[in-house]
Amino acid sequence: MDCYTANWNPLGDSAFYRKYELYSMDWDLKEELRDCLVAAAPYGGPIALLRNPWRKEKAASVRPVLDIYSASGMPLASLLWKSGPVVSLGWSAEEELLCVQEDGAVLVYGLHGDFRRHFSMGNEVLQNRVLDARIFHTEFGSGVAILTGAHRFTLSANVGDLKLRRMPEVPGLQSAPSCWTALCQDRVAHILLAVGPDLYLLDHAACSAVTPPGLAPGVSSFLQMAVSFTYRHLALFTDTGYIWMGTASLKEKLCEFTCNIRAPPKQMVWCSRPRSKERAVVVAWERRLMVVGDAPESIQFVLDEDSYLVPELDGVRIFSRSTHEFLHEVPAASEEIFKIASMAPGALLLEAQKEYEKESQKADEYLREIQELGQLTQAVQQCIEAAGHEHQPDMQKSLLRAASFGKCFLDRFPPDSFVHMCQDLRVLNAVRDYHIGIPLTYSQYKQLTIQVLLDRLVLRRLYPLAIQICEYLRLPEVQGVSRILAHWACYKVQQKDVSDEDVARAINQKLGDTPGVSYSDIAARAYGCGRTELAIKLLEYEPRSGEQVPLLLKMKRSKLALSKAIESGDTDLVFTVLLHLKNELNRGDFFMTLRNQPMALSLYRQFCKHQELETLKDLYNQDDNHQELGSFHIRASYAAEERIEGRVAALQTAADAFYKAKNEFAAKATEDQMRLLRLQRRLEDELGGQFLDLSLHDTVTTLILGSHNKRAEQLARDFRIPDKRLWWLKLTALADLEDWEELEKFSKSKKSPIGYLPFVEICMKQHNKYEAKKYASRVGPEQKVKALLLVGDVAQAADVAIEHRNEAELSLVLSHCTGATDGATADKIQRARAQAQKK
Amino acid sequence: MAFPHRPDAPELPDFSMLKRLARDQLIYLLEQQHEVDKLYKVENKPALSSNEQLCFLVRPRIKNMRYIASLVNADKLSGRTRKYKVIFSPQKFYACEMVLEEEGIYGDVSCDEWAFSLLPLDVDLLSMELPEFFRDYFLEGDQRWINTVAQALHLLSTLYGPFPNCYGIGRCAKMAYELWRNLEEEEDGETKSRRPEIGHIFLLDRDVDFVTALCSQVVYEGLVDDTFRIKCGSVDFGPEVTSSDKSLKVLLNAEDKVFNEIRNEHFSNVFGFLSQKARNLQAQYDRRRGMDIKQMKNFVSQELKGLKQEHRLLSLHIGACESIMKKKTKQDFQELIKTEHALLEGFNIRESTSYIEEHIDRQVSPIESLRLMCLLSITENGLIPKDYRSLKTQYLQSYGPEHLLTFSNLRRAGLLTEQAPGDTLTAVESKVSKLVTDKAAGKITDAFSSLAKRSNFRAISKKLNLIPRVDGEYDLKVPRDMAYVFSGAYVPLSCRIIEQVLERRSWQGLDEVVRLLNCSDFAFTDMTKEDKASSESLRLILVVFLGGCTFSEISALRFLGREKGYRFIFLTTAVTNSARLMEAMSEVKA
Repeated sequence: MDCYTANWNPLGDSAFYRKYELYSMDWDLKEELRDCLVAAAPYGGPIALLRNPWRKEKAASVRPVLDIYSASGMPLASLLWKSGPVVSLGWSAEEELLCVQEDGAVLVYGLHGDFRRHFSMGNEVLQNRVLDARIFHTEFGSGVAILTGAHRFTLSANVGDLKLRRMPEVPGLQSAPSCWTALCQDRVAHILLAVGPDLYLLDHAACSAVTPPGLAPGVSSFLQMAVSFTYRHLALFTDTGYIWMGTASLKEKLCEFTCNIRAPPKQMVWCSRPRSKERAVVVAWERRLMVVGDAPESIQFVLDEDSYLVPELDGVRIFSRSTHEFLHEVPAASEEIFKIASMAPGALLLEAQKEYEKESQKADEYLREIQELGQLTQAVQQCIEAAGHEHQPDMQKSLLRAASFGKCFLDRFPPDSFVHMCQDLRVLNAVRDYHIGIPLTYSQYKQLTIQVLLDRLVLRRLYPLAIQICEYLRLPEVQGVSRILAHWACYKVQQKDVSDEDVARAINQKLGDTPGVSYSDIAARAYGCGRTELAIKLLEYEPRSGEQVPLLLKMKRSKLALSKAIESGDTDLVFTVLLHLKNELNRGDFFMTLRNQPMALSLYRQFCKHQELETLKDLYNQDDNHQELGSFHIRASYAAEERIEGRVAALQTAADAFYKAKNEFAAKATEDQMRLLRLQRRLEDELGGQFLDLSLHDTVTTLILGSHNKRAEQLARDFRIPDKRLWWLKLTALADLEDWEELEKFSKSKKSPIGYLPFVEICMKQHNKYEAKKYASRVGPEQKVKALLLVGDVAQAADVAIEHRNEAELSLVLSHCTGATDGATADKIQRARAQAQKK
Repeated sequence: MAFPHRPDAPELPDFSMLKRLARDQLIYLLEQQHEVDKLYKVENKPALSSNEQLCFLVRPRIKNMRYIASLVNADKLSGRTRKYKVIFSPQKFYACEMVLEEEGIYGDVSCDEWAFSLLPLDVDLLSMELPEFFRDYFLEGDQRWINTVAQALHLLSTLYGPFPNCYGIGRCAKMAYELWRNLEEEEDGETKSRRPEIGHIFLLDRDVDFVTALCSQVVYEGLVDDTFRIKCGSVDFGPEVTSSDKSLKVLLNAEDKVFNEIRNEHFSNVFGFLSQKARNLQAQYDRRRGMDIKQMKNFVSQELKGLKQEHRLLSLHIGACESIMKKKTKQDFQELIKTEHALLEGFNIRESTSYIEEHIDRQVSPIESLRLMCLLSITENGLIPKDYRSLKTQYLQSYGPEHLLTFSNLRRAGLLTEQAPGDTLTAVESKVSKLVTDKAAGKITDAFSSLAKRSNFRAISKKLNLIPRVDGEYDLKVPRDMAYVFSGAYVPLSCRIIEQVLERRSWQGLDEVVRLLNCSDFAFTDMTKEDKASSESLRLILVVFLGGCTFSEISALRFLGREKGYRFIFLTTAVTNSARLMEAMSEVKA
């Protein structure tokens, strides 16, 4: 136990700091770190080194090399730097390397040295050159702050959504500030700079001088400043060796320290963790490392080699040519358990478990002791928590074993925390492995979340490990395995040395029909790499034809897109493609395409019918569809045209079209209508009243009702109205007029082509029995019975029916015999029936 | 009367779930999402509301978009700013957004969707209430609604388990089916593991059987629909029915005890039944006389309300019957029915043709005339050229020239066509078929039908025995087959096909019929293993009518169900009848 705390260093009374090795580096550096521009990403991220920087004024002919390593020193990429001089390097939150050039251009590289994009920090920067630059992290992403040769600052709070902001001028600033930093407070980025004994805070509106409260007197210059990981704290190093530590708002002092070294430190970073007991700053010089906090003494380490500090959420990483170490405040749970002579429940439990393994009865004593204090639950929790903070798997195991041992004596201890800790540690140990090289601590991992960790593994192309983790943690396929496979596939399509067929096949073999994998996304990536053919091949694996369409359109395979859209059965999609095609092709080709796709054609027609009548006409014209053209003009003749001339003209066009369509009937009918229209117009002029738009039948009826019999006759002749119709028409009209005289005259004009039964019916409808009877006598023998019944002459109807010896007629009459009045008739019929049956 | 179901008939699934689902969605949309506090009906007139926000709940039709655009633009002109929201049901179409954009108001409105597609009109009837489906698909060839159908089927299968047996006939049926299958495949296997509640699904295109839809309906529910028009499961009975001065909106479904007993009856039985019922009711009222106080109290508290309700319904339906009788006798309904039957049976064609001509000449009813012409055309495989011309001429003279377009529509839909010159060979063909084997005859018919898409009604009728041979009077009180819904003269073709396929559990042996229906490529069967399906669910059949179904068809299948121990459930794009079909095809002046 004693040896375990050997690397613990107390700072003041309350806290211990320990430093342990993460990796021994074998990255075989040719240069000293001090000769390189260095950038290391937080959360155990990669390290970028740009050797041979320009400031060392070596022979300009040698091109510098940009190397990217994992945190364990495994080379990830190496490339010759061919662009301009670089002032500063930094990693974005997405683990993209931002290289700020002297001319203000920022080049963005991927983890594997692949060039992504570049952007410029503006003209002002270009003109005045970059003196210094910082890359910082905000809630929105990653920002870049630049100090130009004109001693002005320009910054962008988020390089993903580039908005440049030029900060106000610092009055009287003639030379570069002795030190400066970007601060992020209340979602706004500021610049804090030190000029001689003065501090200035720049926000986007103004420059204000600030004074840290309780600053010791005699400071003539600030040499170094450091902001904590969360932007909450600020530390200032002055030329008197005095260190001021306080809140970043400069409203409160936390503590101060005066060290005996006055030389400007190489680096100064905060070393604290969430809910830290102690707030401490790590200051590094060439050969010395010092941890200072609210204590009279500091912790000092000797540095054997040139080292570089990387601030983390809960500590500081320190790497050099040969080692990579982690320095942090010992977490509370570990401290409780491992502190010398600790009687904390966790410590006792750990002890008990060890004794138990030794089969010693002391185990029982320890356990009893914890139980008597009622602290077993707490003990188990402590052990679990402490396990999370251990780097060595052996130590993790023994703590977990203790927790598991303690759990046995608890009735209702929820298993989640234990299970999750085991899972998390397994994941952490896997990614901390030398080959993977992501030295995350438990706190960092929780802050980062598993999703982001998976993303980072994917970014490092560690697909198998990512998938194993997903499977191990049983993440839903759509979020986990499928997503990773899709990323893998997207990477796969970029392998230009493999043929399209092989790539497509390999991808399909791996992915199959894994739910949640979108082949169209992968195809889009392939297209993005300029592999159109591969994209089309991949799209064929896409089961939802609807998903294929947008990409096909983008690849200008509109016709293929159209047939896929039709296949999908989604009319909206078809419509989208149609509008695309309409803009892309000339009208003729567009119509030709439509012609081969009846479904699309009818869809487009429907739309045109409501919105673009002219296009509809063109469509029909293109197809020589004279029948539809005719119909189109007919519709126009009553829907679109107002004036009679226009209407007739439309009808004429329609008639011509019908002739072309060899539809003589429609053509003739249309011509008749033209005649009728003209005639109706004349009738309106001459007779007044409303004639336009009546049907032929109604026109004649209106004439008769207006007693223009001559005209009616004329019209009937002109339009060859058949006799039957004319008779029906006249009959109805005259009865409506109750012009019984004229009706009688009409009935006698010649033999009725519709018989006389209708006359009877119509008179009865007008309740004129007298007139009806007149015609009943003239009804032909077959309908005589019906006619007589209509006028209510049951007796005579019976006589006729008997005379006809017609069974059906007899029953009909019989059904009309009602009440006493027809009693005699009914008897008569019955008798006749009986007689007929006898025969 | 109303025949009881067999005791082992399966229970119907509970469709009230659909209603609740739709209601909750709508309430959420209107209240939570869009803060609607008052509802108006969308009519073609300016909106009266003075609210700061207008929310439209509409079908995705271009006409509606125009209306909204006109409102918004009017507001703009008068310098008024409000918020506009459009909720499309059942879904938004891109074309609608296009119109909004072209009208220049796309930026002013925000859009939403209410995915409500299945309205349970009755315990066994689901309607999508898409009457435009018929015209859009069968006339314009617009397939936009097929996806909606597929989605509705998908919803059903998620709620009521998968369908182990699927059958279908028709191009649209096949497309809908395939789209639906795709949807199912995209989803996780969750539904597949469910126990099926409904054993069979049968999809049928309306154009497979136009004849049945074109016939006059004589079953009570159908007749009420033909006469008064049932809308969304309810009907407006006018003053002539209610024998008061007010109209009354009445829900017609299984809840209405009186209606439930007569809905499937031939009209000739309904009066007798109703008067019997009235007497029974009276008798129940009369029981009061001998009662002591306690019994009376019981009677008043328990039975009286029910009796009064029944009394009210009874008098309504009697009123409806009288009104129907009056209307039907006026136009000589008997003559009309006789002509229809003659057309179905194929005799006295000349006489029927002149009956139709007179019908047109007398301007009896434009829609009825069209219907008869279509019926003549389909049963006769098209009109002979002379009649085709003369009937059309007469019709144009009676009703105006715009109906040239109506005829062009009917022709395109295959409802009213002209016999191609080759068709005079029909007679030869039928003679030939008697001489040679069926197979050879099939080839010959194929050769003929390649000339034009033909209905082949006569041949199908013969094959499927649609015209029952009757010795003596057909007793409509005790129907023996589905023909009773047409007075015993004709078995509805659609229902016969369903019956035959269900009997065989496939299309096997029906190849000839399928070929005659011009559906050789569009008849399909899809069976999955039935181990999970209970025998009860296997007797539940969902029939999907694409393009609408009539109440007569529903009655016929309900009858078939009772006979065979099945229960049928109906899903239709809309309930239709001959008049609605004809109106969908008609061109009217705006």
